[in-house]
Amino acid sequence: MTTSTTAKTAGGLANWADERLGASKAVRGLARKIFPDHWSFFLGEVALFSFIILLLTGVFLTFFFVPSSAHTTYDGVYAPLVNQHVSEAYASTIRLSFDIRGGLLMRQIHHWAALLFVAAMTVHMFRVFFTGAFRKPRELNWVIGCVLVLLGIIEGFLGYSLPDDLLSGTGIRIASSIILAIPIVGSYLSFFLFGGEFPGEMFIPRIYTIHVLLLPAIFLALIGAHLTMVFLQKHTQYPGPGRTNKNVVGLPFYPVYMAKQGGFFFIVFGVITLLSALVTINPIWNYGTYDPSPVSAGSQPDWYMGFMDGAVRLMTGWGEVHLWGNTLSLNILIPALVVPGLMTIPLFLYPWIEQAATGDRREHHLLDRPRNAPTRTGLGAMAITFYILLLIAGGNDILAVLLRLSINDITMTLRVLVFVLPPIVYWVTKRICLGLQRKDRESVLHGRETGTIVRTETGEHFEVHEPLDEFTRWKLVQHESYQPLAELTAEDASGVRRPGGGSTWKRRLSNFYFEERVDPVTPAELAAAHHSHGEHEAIEGSPAGVAH
Amino acid sequence: MSESSNLPEVSGGSSSGTVAVPDRFEDPGLPQHRNRVTDVDAQAARRAERQVAALFGLSAVGTLLALVAYFALPYDTSLGYIDYLGRVQLSNLLVGLGLFIALFGIGAGAVHWVKTLMPDDEQIQERHALRGSDEDRDIAVAIFKESAEETGVGRRPLIRNSLIGAMALAPLPAVVLLRDLGPLPGSKLSETIWKRGTALVRDPEGGKIKASDLVEGSVVHVLPEGIEETEHPLNEKAKAPVLLIRLAPGLLDETSRAGAYQGIVAYSKICTHMGCPVALYEQQTHHLLCPCHQSTFDLTQHCKVIFGPARRPLPQLPITVDDEGYLVAQDRFHEAVGPSFWERG
Repeated sequence: MTTSTTAKTAGGLANWADERLGASKAVRGLARKIFPDHWSFFLGEVALFSFIILLLTGVFLTFFFVPSSAHTTYDGVYAPLVNQHVSEAYASTIRLSFDIRGGLLMRQIHHWAALLFVAAMTVHMFRVFFTGAFRKPRELNWVIGCVLVLLGIIEGFLGYSLPDDLLSGTGIRIASSIILAIPIVGSYLSFFLFGGEFPGEMFIPRIYTIHVLLLPAIFLALIGAHLTMVFLQKHTQYPGPGRTNKNVVGLPFYPVYMAKQGGFFFIVFGVITLLSALVTINPIWNYGTYDPSPVSAGSQPDWYMGFMDGAVRLMTGWGEVHLWGNTLSLNILIPALVVPGLMTIPLFLYPWIEQAATGDRREHHLLDRPRNAPTRTGLGAMAITFYILLLIAGGNDILAVLLRLSINDITMTLRVLVFVLPPIVYWVTKRICLGLQRKDRESVLHGRETGTIVRTETGEHFEVHEPLDEFTRWKLVQHESYQPLAELTAEDASGVRRPGGGSTWKRRLSNFYFEERVDPVTPAELAAAHHSHGEHEAIEGSPAGVAH
Repeated sequence: MSESSNLPEVSGGSSSGTVAVPDRFEDPGLPQHRNRVTDVDAQAARRAERQVAALFGLSAVGTLLALVAYFALPYDTSLGYIDYLGRVQLSNLLVGLGLFIALFGIGAGAVHWVKTLMPDDEQIQERHALRGSDEDRDIAVAIFKESAEETGVGRRPLIRNSLIGAMALAPLPAVVLLRDLGPLPGSKLSETIWKRGTALVRDPEGGKIKASDLVEGSVVHVLPEGIEETEHPLNEKAKAPVLLIRLAPGLLDETSRAGAYQGIVAYSKICTHMGCPVALYEQQTHHLLCPCHQSTFDLTQHCKVIFGPARRPLPQLPITVDDEGYLVAQDRFHEAVGPSFWERG
């Protein structure tokens, strides 16, 4: 085809599309939309791409998987299982792994992608949290994101339970015990869910429908809403010269982002495939089919369920109480339902909690550097510490073997650490943030240390400090620093008490957040610093403007 | 709360005497774009072009490798078992590596293309307030009011109230329809198939057990005889498994002795915490450990919980021997085995 005919064909197609769909208007409005660039913005995309990979490989798996608990006798190629009584679900998973070329690879990619899906969502959430991207107008998208993470955990749990192997069956048994522990209705719920007693024969087909139909449909809807909102509200951007709350600085969607994102999808897909080719996970042929009687030592759920299992392991038995002829299993309810609930509710509400402390109702499109929000960063680090300790507790048996320590000692230590360590981490993180902010002030006021030592005629030694250029400086001074509401509502300069300032708890909350703070350098402070130190700079920072 | 929030007060900028200093620094604006090598050096650009093409070419090679590996390594049942599994693994490895190269090549090529040859000078677009104009908002409110007026909901409360009532009731069938998801629990959670005289057989190989088969310190996994012939063997297996252990007679406590036979005791293997099999027996300490959440039970104290999240001891199955000397249940379990539930008592 010559160039002119190609152009003619393309033109014809474009015309066809425009006259039927109004495509030119969409292209004009959207193709050159600007997206800001930063490596951390790709974390959410890793999650999105993992989801697409899950859909693709999942469809392949459904062609061979038989979602049934019906009993059958295995007579395939895998000798250790021949003539064993297994379920159809298990037998078909073994078949698709060993008899279907590429089947094992597809299973591995599906499982690896699921692990990555939840991990990427979690890390993406950390990014959004620590940079304050959840602030107005993005509160709703934060909530949708939280729902997606929770659903991802549930979807993953149901997915790895489908092969009906010994390990996942043990997980289902634990899930059934959690349901049984629910007061009053627990045993009824369990009988309805399992179609009778555990394990029964209804469970696999039921969770199959939820795993391949119900939850993916909800995922598609929520991801659609999530992305639409990113598009409508435009992406946030990191602060820097030329980047304001009123603009978006970056590169156009077409062609730059299309090529970059498209390429990145293939990279994520490629890396997951490489992992699947090299590292076998969930070798269900080693576990055997589910049977409630045997179990293997070191039974572990997939990583994203680990924190819950860890909470359960840390609990003591005293929680189970017997009253008025009934049993209330707080030893199960607290770690399996209450603790995850208490972790989730503040997560969902966080945008509003912080808004109550700042009293700030403006739109925020410029991200925070984590150090400039010390209390938030400290709280985030505290929450992550708590989560990681629970995750470690979920592997206390593995840890005991690896470190050759007593499992009882590890558990006792972790029981103490989950209460003690998170507040310490909060405090340390906050101190580090405040310290970094002071260092920023130092750099702005006294410039960069050049490492050049100069000796004056009088014998005095000093290091030459080079003033920051205005672009570097802007990054360190552009942010705003909140004051506690209480200070604002005190008497003003003329001794008149200001009205408003919110209720007592709001003031307390605000104090908790902003009592300790470091304000950015003002031009006046910089001028004063130059004035007082003359040509060469002293090392000590200026206390002026530094509260506390 | 005011729109301005609680940001530091503007102080008026009077700090430095005669010269007016602004309160805040000014944004210096976007720094000038710095050219990449490929922007200024045509040769470098051609080199980048070749690199991108090479990555795409590599991808094509990967695709070929995946296809060749798929067809060249058929799964052949005439191979021995070990060779067959080796074939599966090799196929998984080579098809996977081929796919990796195919996918990664495209991805790396595209990203390299973007980074070296597509424009990278940043552009600025204005944001627009998400909030509608005052006019938009007034019109929206007016539309809602007008539509509400047209429906007459405010004027005809009978329609409104009856609709609310009907809507509140309508979801009920959806809930009720779920009733047949399963039968009611009844007393099923409290029952096992053990009864007086049920023989203890080995799990999984089967076969009755004589007291003399057990030496001191030995442990046997046990199921009730006939469990495979029940209607739902797995459901029964979720409750009935038992651990049979012979202890030195002196180690048995008073409570356990009544249900024991010559120092042989049988305890439910189903953890009283979350129903995992308490399958790890530590011979030296006479402890039973659940591998799921590490609840530890002491055999010498009637299987009392000595560590971990479980509360109740493992229920004991009282045992004796029949006329032929085989171990059998003396009676059923005296309480529900396994995890707790509300009605358990």
